[in-house]
Amino acid sequence: MHLYAEIAVSFFLVVSGIFGLVGSWGLIRLKSTLQRLHGPTKATTLGVGGALIASMLYFAFVKNSLSFHELLITIFLFLTAPVTANFIAKAFMLHHVREEELPETETEGGWGGYHDPVGAVRHEVSTKKPE
Amino acid sequence: MIAYALIFATGCFTLGLLMNLYRLASGPRAADRILALDTMVINLIALVVLYGIWIGSQTFFEASMLIAMVGFVSTVAYCRFVLRGNIIE
Repeated sequence: MHLYAEIAVSFFLVVSGIFGLVGSWGLIRLKSTLQRLHGPTKATTLGVGGALIASMLYFAFVKNSLSFHELLITIFLFLTAPVTANFIAKAFMLHHVREEELPETETEGGWGGYHDPVGAVRHEVSTKKPE
Repeated sequence: MIAYALIFATGCFTLGLLMNLYRLASGPRAADRILALDTMVINLIALVVLYGIWIGSQTFFEASMLIAMVGFVSTVAYCRFVLRGNIIE
């Protein structure tokens, strides 16, 4: 039992290390910014998930203290990685992709980021100091 | 066996951190730098978890959870600043 647990923990550790390395390598290897978005958001998140699963298995079977904190962190990371990727892509597109290059959205509002949503009121922020 | 796997995984994530640092320094656009910072936070969480396995202590999960939350909020704040010129409207 102990040997199988060690094999499983080591397997997950090695897999997580390889995934993390591939994600970071993709960050410097790929050519354009939107391509570079793929490496970290998918591979590195999987790598951290593997490390957390290895940690959970290690404390459950080797140290005999089961805990589910790691699952919490895994779920949080898996929920937030797409959100950050979407935000970064929008921040890039707003400055470096013109709206004419994008396909039609077939809705009223157009592409988010270029226009305010339908019916939204934009409050102008004044940078002047109050008198 | 776990010790060797730990050393391997730690080496991989440390190497990844160095690659992210290169992209952070040389990224041509702001989006590259935000992405590099976000990836550095994720790699750092992995390193903290691996250190917790190494010394056999469970006290590091709260720390890694906090790092994850702060990293997410800071990435979103940076992106909002680039998008709208303003963080809280």
